[in-house]
Amino acid sequence: MTSNQFMFLLFSAVIVIFSILTVTSRRILRAATFLLFVLVSTAGLYFLLKYNYLAAIQLTLYAGGIVVLIIFSILLTSHISEKLPTAGLLKKWPAALVALVGAALCIVVILQYNFPGSVVDTEVVNVRDIGNSLISYGEKGYALPFEVISVLLLAALIGAIVLAKKRKD
Amino acid sequence: MAFNIYDFTSFTQSIDEALYEWLPPFWALIVEMTIIGLVFLIGYAIIGLFLVYAERKVCAFMQNRVGPNRVGPYGIFQTIADFIKLLMKELVYIKNSDKLLFNIAPFIVIIASFMAIAAIPFAKGLHAIDFDIGIMYVIAVTSLGVVGVLLAGWSSNNKYSLIGAMRSGAQIISYELSVGLSLLTIIVLAGTMQFSEVVELQSSGWFIFKGHIPACIAFVIFLIASTAETNRGPFDLAEAESELTAGFHTEYSGIKFAFFFLAEYMNMFIVASIAATVFLGGWMPFHIGSWEGFNYVMDFIPPLFWYFGKTAFIIWLMMWFKWTFPRLRIDQLLNLEWKYLLPINLVNILIMAFIVLMGWHF
Repeated sequence: MTSNQFMFLLFSAVIVIFSILTVTSRRILRAATFLLFVLVSTAGLYFLLKYNYLAAIQLTLYAGGIVVLIIFSILLTSHISEKLPTAGLLKKWPAALVALVGAALCIVVILQYNFPGSVVDTEVVNVRDIGNSLISYGEKGYALPFEVISVLLLAALIGAIVLAKKRKD
Repeated sequence: MAFNIYDFTSFTQSIDEALYEWLPPFWALIVEMTIIGLVFLIGYAIIGLFLVYAERKVCAFMQNRVGPNRVGPYGIFQTIADFIKLLMKELVYIKNSDKLLFNIAPFIVIIASFMAIAAIPFAKGLHAIDFDIGIMYVIAVTSLGVVGVLLAGWSSNNKYSLIGAMRSGAQIISYELSVGLSLLTIIVLAGTMQFSEVVELQSSGWFIFKGHIPACIAFVIFLIASTAETNRGPFDLAEAESELTAGFHTEYSGIKFAFFFLAEYMNMFIVASIAATVFLGGWMPFHIGSWEGFNYVMDFIPPLFWYFGKTAFIIWLMMWFKWTFPRLRIDQLLNLEWKYLLPINLVNILIMAFIVLMGWHF
């Protein structure tokens, strides 16, 4: 077993175990912490693929940004003694069924696909290239999606301000 | 570099080659990682102890006192004695806390700082990992530390801790922006995020001189914002001992408290090394453009000396802040970031981009 395979197995195990713990934990802050481990391990997988940029984005946005926001809102709203109620049987069985069917479908599809062995070495993606394609509009250019997302983000920001603003009446 | 004896590349490479010759690749990698881990652990212990001593001496100096002076000459063994005391203290067990999170929190804080220090170049070749996105990686992993602070505050089940964690969260999330943007200003100037290249580019002059006005503004903003991000005074309202007892780590004792304490000092060290590397040339000696003789003389001084000298200077600046400015209120703190630093920073990046486009930098 090479070290790459070992790390891949380690990260995958962490992702699988903590994903399950995230949805089964009855304490909401613990669930958020487990989610953090899942996201950090995903970043680890990206590092393994030498896609450092995406890994750093994953760490900043998801682990450092979104999870911190989730934890922050939990801090503001819930008390330490609170435990989420366990779901009733009526909810449990359909949920389990859907999850199992989804998992089975994915596994069947993945197993049927014949993955060709990787022949190309992983190469480091240059940040300069990513930056250039984000603002170019020719081939491999992402200027339009980039701008659309910016407008969406601006709309969300304005919406948040409007919602949070005190009404005068 | 004029002197090859100061270049550690061949030294580290020979160790690497020897290990791969003796051992199968998997075990060679494990041995390498263990060696690097041990080096960093020892470094953490020594630097941490030294910084605590330095802080107490600087504080005493600012307040016209003597500071620690009983254990060893000039009290240099005081922090070692304190450390032994901390190790032997009882770990207080809190009944109504969330034990899992309570125990995990100090580790998250210290692991985040360990991840950050891996990317910092100490000298040519003395670099645990040289990412092509080095600066961004450091920004990314330092933002993980706040999770530990938040978890510690909440899981202690203590009002003071919770308020401290809340303040710390708001503070770190806001000031992260300024840290990132001020570093981005220098990335615009350097055109790279790789630490080794950033240092190499400063061989003809440090970035704070090369980028003149915008670089100086970015340096000041980085110092302010990173002091806030490491929860140090005058931005230490997360601990605010006079109002919150000790904030998020009120309930921690013994070695777990030591973890928070060490992480705080190591974060200060990491932030100071980033400032030294990005703005003041890291291990690169002080060079002036084409003064051959002067540059040659400067090259005699070993890079480790330059690196630690610059870092120590910035740490001293941060200690100076802490012991001379009064603590900010939370609203003043957030105003400072969102109404002053952030707009200044955004304009500063534009100015820097303009200067780089026009070629007005040195």
